[in-house]
Amino acid sequence: MGILLFEVALTFYFAATIVSITELFKGSKVTSRLMFLLAGAGFAVHSFSIVYRYVTAGHIPITNPHEATSFFAWCMVLIFFLLHFRYRVGLLSSFVLPIVFSMMLISSMLSREIKPLSPLLQSYWLGIHTVFAFLGNAAFAMAFGIGCMYLVQEHHVKSKRLGGLFERLPSLQTLDDINYRLITLGFPLLTLAIITGALWADSAWGRFWNWDARETWSLITWFIYAIVLHSRLVAGWRGRRAAILSMIGFLTIIIAFFGIKLLRKGLHVFL
Amino acid sequence: MKVFVVGLNHKIADVDVREKLAFNGPKLEEGLLRFRQLPEVEEAIILSTCNRVELYANVRDPQKASESIKTFLSDFHNIRRESLDSALYIYDDISAARHILRVASSLDSMVVGEPQILGQLKDAFEMSLSKKTTGILLNKLMKKAISAAKRVRTETRIAENAVSISFAAVELAKKIFTDLSTKVFMLLGAGEMAELAARHLIGNGVKEVVVANRTYERACDLAKEFNGRPVNFDDFMQEMVRADIVICSTGAPTYILIKNQMQKVMKERKQRQVFIIDISVPRNIDPEINDLENVYLYNVDDLQGVVDTNLFERRKEAEKAEKIIEEELETFLKWQSSLDSVPTIKALREKAEEIKNDELGKLLHKLQDIGDKEREAIEYMATAIVNKLIHPPTAALKADTENKELLVAAIRRLYGINGERSED
Repeated sequence: MGILLFEVALTFYFAATIVSITELFKGSKVTSRLMFLLAGAGFAVHSFSIVYRYVTAGHIPITNPHEATSFFAWCMVLIFFLLHFRYRVGLLSSFVLPIVFSMMLISSMLSREIKPLSPLLQSYWLGIHTVFAFLGNAAFAMAFGIGCMYLVQEHHVKSKRLGGLFERLPSLQTLDDINYRLITLGFPLLTLAIITGALWADSAWGRFWNWDARETWSLITWFIYAIVLHSRLVAGWRGRRAAILSMIGFLTIIIAFFGIKLLRKGLHVFL
Repeated sequence: MKVFVVGLNHKIADVDVREKLAFNGPKLEEGLLRFRQLPEVEEAIILSTCNRVELYANVRDPQKASESIKTFLSDFHNIRRESLDSALYIYDDISAARHILRVASSLDSMVVGEPQILGQLKDAFEMSLSKKTTGILLNKLMKKAISAAKRVRTETRIAENAVSISFAAVELAKKIFTDLSTKVFMLLGAGEMAELAARHLIGNGVKEVVVANRTYERACDLAKEFNGRPVNFDDFMQEMVRADIVICSTGAPTYILIKNQMQKVMKERKQRQVFIIDISVPRNIDPEINDLENVYLYNVDDLQGVVDTNLFERRKEAEKAEKIIEEELETFLKWQSSLDSVPTIKALREKAEEIKNDELGKLLHKLQDIGDKEREAIEYMATAIVNKLIHPPTAALKADTENKELLVAAIRRLYGINGERSED
């Protein structure tokens, strides 16, 4: 049942992604509505599958790579819908859904086995720490998508070639504002994730900070986004620079998330 | 009776020269009346816009008129007489009529196809009508010019160009900024195209309008019109820190804003995006500014490129417009030549002869049994009546009177002489 739900969600996301990519070439109200219908259906089923797994496992289902990636994708879709209803950003799905689908695809290839929770993870910190971390990372992932859109639109305006996506992409300022909002959302979440992680580490191992690879990369990520925010507020680094920096920030998250997992080292081995 | 044009426009004179010769506000009425009172000038219209100052007249002797108008201009504006010789263009007769038709149709404008000039020309004509400084020739020509302009606008796509340039500027602004109603707009300088684009932009709702101009009074006038705030031209750099959208058209011969100045401005405005439209020719803003982050600089060609990359199409439209001008010019010239006295005398005589011969033919056909003597007497009488009847108008046409064209038109109308009658 759990597997079936996940597969159905994956299929809906796949279809929504295909539609959103075709929208890049030729969009209409019909395709846009279809995309939202598919993505919405995918999100509903996906949410249900997460709840189902929670009930089946008896703990929050963010304890292995399959669950984590899936939850990451779920957070992105959540923020995607929130952004859509707040800003009505044209073509956002074309830049975001491919990332969501890739996440889900990776998740589908990882082991879905529900193992008994290791004693180390049996803590109320598990839910708090991971939800903060994933919501924050999802916000940064969205900022990555928005950053891409900014660079495409800026290229159109700067080069004075106003064909292609120019008409349908939102204004530069809108994209820049959303990018900023997402980072101001993601940054405190990441900060909280690091703090709760430290508290958890203290209660588990008696040390706040252990310099394992995940912690180190998270700190690097934290510094990058701190620079994005600081330079924006102080030196007015906005627009192109902010977009590029936020994209680099997300790449460090990807490295922290998947790269370290491949190394299978450090304290975050379970994830 | 010849159409005569003395003037200058943006192509041959810089703003500072145009400003000196401009007839602004109350000066226009005074200037128009004095211009009409020149002995060589029979009809008068003055068109004074920011891009051109032109005096239209009906004159007899172009040579004398040219001297007298130049003297008038130098007296009126306190300019050295000699400096005017090289500063003005002069057209007479056919070329003058053609020039006026082209001006009305916006073919002579800085931005070909911009619609304001026709309104400005109509205003100038209205002014002359209300001051009774025009007569049959310029009235006819103005009507022709207005109808030619309307034909050019409806039958070619030239007018679309100008409108769409302003439109493109607004569309671009909307793709740079989220909400124009929170943005500060600055107009630097003036000009047909700049004002048109400014009007479009302001029409879309901006938060604040700032107007800078080298002549502060002009800035005040424009600021009043746009509901904005005039500033000294020398202060525009400070204003750049606040302005989000700038339209620049100053007529300065060099760059008034270069890259490192803009860099400072951007630092002060914390890198907030700025959209600059440089309409000036030659350009007033260093194109390298576009390389700076968050600065988007477009000049007229860029906007035109946005609107229409197909140059061939545009050239075709311009050719079409010129053809319309030539057609309208031809009908005007035909009408004008009909006002000449010599062909009118000839036509009057021919008409009379024709009537006489017709009637004689009919009568003599009926009276077949009369002799040669009687026939001669009848013919003699008919000729005498005709001659006596057409003598006074012929004499009047031959006499050297003022307003002869009015007389010619009246005679042609009264005697039903064909050719184009003064239909309106």
